[in-house]
Amino acid sequence: MKIAPNVSPAKRAPDFQDGSSIKIPSLQILNQDGSIVAGATVPDLSRDQAQKIYSDMLYTRMLDERMQGAQRQGRLSFYLTCTGEEAAVAGTIAAFQPQDMVMAQYREQVALRYRGFTTAQFMNQLFSNGQDLGKGRQMPVHYGCRELNMMTISSPLATQIPQAAGYAYGQKLKGKDACTLCYFGEGAASEGDFHAGLNMAAVHKSPVVFVVRNNGYAISTPCCEQFASDGIAPRGLGYGIKAIRVDGNDILAVYAASLEARRIATQEQRPVLVETMSYRLGAHSTSDDPSGYRSKEEEQEWRDKDPIQRMKNWLITQRWWDEESDTELQKSYRTEILAELKLAEQRDKPPLRDIITDVYKTVPSHLLEQFQELEAHIAKYPDRYSA
Amino acid sequence: MAKATLPEIGNQPKSSKMNLLQAINSGLDIAMATDQRVLCLGEDIGQFGGVFRATSNLQEKYGRDRCFNTPLTEQGIAGFAIGLAAQGSVPVAEIQFADYIFPAFDQIVNEAAKFRYRSGDEFNCGGLTIRTPYGGGIDGGLYHSQSPEAYFCHTPGLKVVIPRNAYQAKGLLLSAIRDPDPVIFFEPKAIYRASVGQVPEGDYEIPLEVAEVVQPGTDITLLGWGAQMVQIIKAAELAAAEGISCEVIDLRSLLPWDRDCVAESVTKTGRLLISHEAPRTGGYAGEIAASIQQHCFLSLEAPISRVTGLDTPFPLIHEKHYLPDYLKIFESIIATCNY
Repeated sequence: MKIAPNVSPAKRAPDFQDGSSIKIPSLQILNQDGSIVAGATVPDLSRDQAQKIYSDMLYTRMLDERMQGAQRQGRLSFYLTCTGEEAAVAGTIAAFQPQDMVMAQYREQVALRYRGFTTAQFMNQLFSNGQDLGKGRQMPVHYGCRELNMMTISSPLATQIPQAAGYAYGQKLKGKDACTLCYFGEGAASEGDFHAGLNMAAVHKSPVVFVVRNNGYAISTPCCEQFASDGIAPRGLGYGIKAIRVDGNDILAVYAASLEARRIATQEQRPVLVETMSYRLGAHSTSDDPSGYRSKEEEQEWRDKDPIQRMKNWLITQRWWDEESDTELQKSYRTEILAELKLAEQRDKPPLRDIITDVYKTVPSHLLEQFQELEAHIAKYPDRYSA
Repeated sequence: MAKATLPEIGNQPKSSKMNLLQAINSGLDIAMATDQRVLCLGEDIGQFGGVFRATSNLQEKYGRDRCFNTPLTEQGIAGFAIGLAAQGSVPVAEIQFADYIFPAFDQIVNEAAKFRYRSGDEFNCGGLTIRTPYGGGIDGGLYHSQSPEAYFCHTPGLKVVIPRNAYQAKGLLLSAIRDPDPVIFFEPKAIYRASVGQVPEGDYEIPLEVAEVVQPGTDITLLGWGAQMVQIIKAAELAAAEGISCEVIDLRSLLPWDRDCVAESVTKTGRLLISHEAPRTGGYAGEIAASIQQHCFLSLEAPISRVTGLDTPFPLIHEKHYLPDYLKIFESIIATCNY
């Protein structure tokens, strides 16, 4: 075992380092009005891909608005929006390849959309019906799809971070041109799993890109009560991981940083940390009301930096988009979402037997017994247990 | 046998209608007012007052030093609180949902529970109380519904307490905070707002380690804790209509538990049914059943019945089917009495 020599320059008096000499800058390419920041390099982005990214962001905004409304109408129990952070997620996922595994937190629905998750698939999960890939077992927004390499969402925070390090290490062993894209929030970065996961990824040189969505709030807790450090990016440096900070509302900056992040992960076979600076424009979830902990003025400040509007401004400047197409697209998305919502609502619920399957690969006898008891009981009181 | 429940009327002139959350809030308020060493910490519990509002107004009243938000790290919260307690403070830490207590498992099981024993009582963290909402019935699916009490009941050195209503919650919480050992205090979130009753506005304690006979009866003993008591009492009413007299006991303290109270009841009734939401295998009913059959073997007229959740993760869409509701308890009462 070789131990790395201490190569730090010698000092003759105690001189503590406080990190203030390291300033992590934030990458910005696009101004809010759609113009390019002076001196910035625009990443290579085709018209088709730019339109796809924009459309998926717009779709996600429509989906979130509609489903939040549906929750308020009592049509589903819970919902959680991505509002304000669409570019941070769309700009990252767009720089990755379909064979790359995505391990998300729960606010990244635009990544699913980008990969091809259909409106019906969203709705089937949200309404826990018999066509939900997750068999109606998890709360709304806990999507997952093997075909699209989207790992199923788990509510406990940060658990996916060390898993992503391991998944990526497995990809490396198989010699595939693939890496893992791992999303989480700045609040989740306080969990022990964050620290364990980053360190293991660094030590074992896992090809994983960690994307921390720094959106200012963990439910009600503002980031100034979450950490005393300069955000999350410097922590990457502490673990020996290359890190970058980007304006999360700037689609071009996020995309440019993500392209390079994937290149480092796959070609240099090492982890990368990307911190997207943005703002959770909506409530934490439909169970939350932000008026108790932040001001309307603060929210308005960020509404003025809307990432979708910013990208639209750029597309229009490029002559790749116009208001008329925008209105048309919004209208068609609204119609599609509402139609699929109604269909999903009416689909049959998963069969009762799904309650005992998948606990193990095969159902053990004790569970089968419990299920038979349950069936007999329900047969006695059919009305009480009907949907 | 159960004692020391209702406070003397003369000692508690003022009471008001509170729900379980308000009773918890009132208990925390009194604990902080009567002991400067008491402080509250946890995610979102500061100015916001917690996601369920159990700590509303406490930061305003006692300042940010004594009621504060922590970073989002359960292991950090538990370890920090243990350190505070070791130093002489009386921390009341909130874990936002019991489903999220597991990152803190090492700190609770290996540290808090063994602090006194391993040091020969040189050190202890007895001032520690961990409050956490548990249980199903809120469309919470796998990760907002679990009842993890049995994991902690398997840990010598901890005390485990679960109240069934507003009045019990305040009195038990005050005892838990003032108890010289670390206590895990599970709060039945399904009835946070639904459980409403008269609660003294002042200070009172309900002793730990003492069960309560909620309703006397002669044919069968029904035992539970927390929100499950609602289902048990409802089942007892159905059974009464069938001419079956149920003795209903709220265990309240799961560790250490009041075996004498339960054994005395079962000796009288000859039958025992235990109900909890957690899965059956390894659930706490198993421990109670083993202990009671040992102490009441000759009095038992039927096998001890367990009405529990299934041995599966907690499902969302089939929550209603999964839960051990009053009808399942009622059917089991009938089966046990007809054995």
